Amino acid sequence: MTAIAVENLCKRFGKKQALAGVDLTIGKGEMVALIGASGSGKSTLIRHIAGLERGDAGSLIEILGEVQQKDGRYGPKMRELRGNIGVIFQQFNLVARLPVITNVLCGILGRISPWRGTFGFFTRAERIAAIEALGRVGIPEVAWQRASTLSGGQQQRAAIARTLVQRSKILLADEPIASLDPASARRVMDVLADINRSEGMTVLVSLHQVEYARVYCDRTVALRDGKVVYDGPSDALSDSFLTELYGAAYEELVLPQKLPVKGEARPTGTREPVDRPVVGARKKTLQPA
Amino acid sequence: MSTTSEPLPAASPSRGQQAMPGINAGRDWSRSFWNLVILAGVIAALAISWGPAEMGRWTFLFTDSANMAEYASGFLHPDFTDWRYYVQEMIVTVEIAVWGTFLSLIVSIPFGILCAHNMVPWWVLHPCRRLMDVFRAIHEVVWAVLFVVAVGLGPFAGVMALFIHNTGIMAKLFSEAVESIDPRPVEGIRSTGATRIQEVVFGVIPQVLPLWVSYTLYRLETNVRTATILGVIGAGGIGQVMFESIRGFYYPQSSAILIIVVVTVVLTDLLSQQLRKFVT
Repeated sequence: MTAIAVENLCKRFGKKQALAGVDLTIGKGEMVALIGASGSGKSTLIRHIAGLERGDAGSLIEILGEVQQKDGRYGPKMRELRGNIGVIFQQFNLVARLPVITNVLCGILGRISPWRGTFGFFTRAERIAAIEALGRVGIPEVAWQRASTLSGGQQQRAAIARTLVQRSKILLADEPIASLDPASARRVMDVLADINRSEGMTVLVSLHQVEYARVYCDRTVALRDGKVVYDGPSDALSDSFLTELYGAAYEELVLPQKLPVKGEARPTGTREPVDRPVVGARKKTLQPA
Repeated sequence: MSTTSEPLPAASPSRGQQAMPGINAGRDWSRSFWNLVILAGVIAALAISWGPAEMGRWTFLFTDSANMAEYASGFLHPDFTDWRYYVQEMIVTVEIAVWGTFLSLIVSIPFGILCAHNMVPWWVLHPCRRLMDVFRAIHEVVWAVLFVVAVGLGPFAGVMALFIHNTGIMAKLFSEAVESIDPRPVEGIRSTGATRIQEVVFGVIPQVLPLWVSYTLYRLETNVRTATILGVIGAGGIGQVMFESIRGFYYPQSSAILIIVVVTVVLTDLLSQQLRKFVT
């Protein structure tokens, strides 16, 4: 069963052809990485699938078998489909002045009656669910803090908690770790992988560095100049193949040091002591370069 | 233009024969030109207005300053015998301002959204903005005269006048705050399947709230001052008392009233400053 089906998606911003006929099919329960250099169209593609942008004529996007947009017009079930798609962004896009719990509760707006949502009358059960979602991503203690007081990694996990409360079937992540330090980045990717595994949520995550794709995703889609140039197993993306695909822009896509293999990073229980040496190690390798 | 770059290679031949870009390379001369045009325009406007505004009479400020001193000396000995009455009327004026500001606040919230270009399509934006222009363009005093005809002399006419004029101003200030919001949190809310109104409630209002509160308190201050003036045309409050005593040449009483007005304005300013600190 397909979760996301994109056919011939084109988008032109002024003179720039951001997307030039993208075809992409993602099945339910998959975790797919989307890589590409800056300006290759990753964010634009994700924004279209999220229903935040409309494509040009000839484009078609279907979500869970329903037409989400066709020829630049939103389908009749647009709002309902947005509710089925959770989105997290590079800049987190939380409402900075609202407490974290309100930000998380916003996730259910698409599921409850519009009047109740508009006045913010959330039931006790819904509030409990929000706290549970925050617990799930490891930050239950920050519920009543303003979102602006959280660190970047915590904000991103709060955004993930919002999509959990939303009970979305698809999670789109637009460069979720690009503004985070390596330890927070790994924690966010761990949470995404965990949600994909235990909830069966379909995850499409755009990444700047191919290492994360190799560690966390079985399948990788690579974009260049608004076209899909590779779609296949992440393991097959060797450094030489990437050089072939991206030429000089390749340097942008790799970390100076290899990431530890899946599972190795978190052998037992506690996370903090395991993550910290990784940060230190990477900093050392960064200095000479 | 690029003369300064020429001697450099000669002065430091060891640096090689790289051509230094001229200091004005890539400079946009049209900007400098337009800056001069704007300056010339401002000077021309001031020169043209000099005659009609009778600015030439400025010398009288010095030659006839004795007249001013004589008039002002009447105010030197304030008479506070009736202070209870003045304070009572001052409170009425503040109450007019409070209701006028409150009513316009209620109406300005929806209009602040409807007048923001990033919130509504043009066919909603322009009618709403023009309506607010009309509210704003007509002075409170004119509105007050209009309402006096309908609801009679007294404070309520003042409330209505403040309400209408102030709505025009606050809706504009509110919409400018809305236009400068960060659109990304709003997209975050939209992506959950929220309705347009919910996007505003959860994504827009929290972002603009500190500014809106601050604008409202500032307008309350302004309205206390304006409500005093409205008393002059019969809308009640301290203004009416003040105008009558000035017309009757009761300068010591007028002076006492003026002091009470100034103290009230200072107090509103201090209070609103504290409230603003608390909210932001």
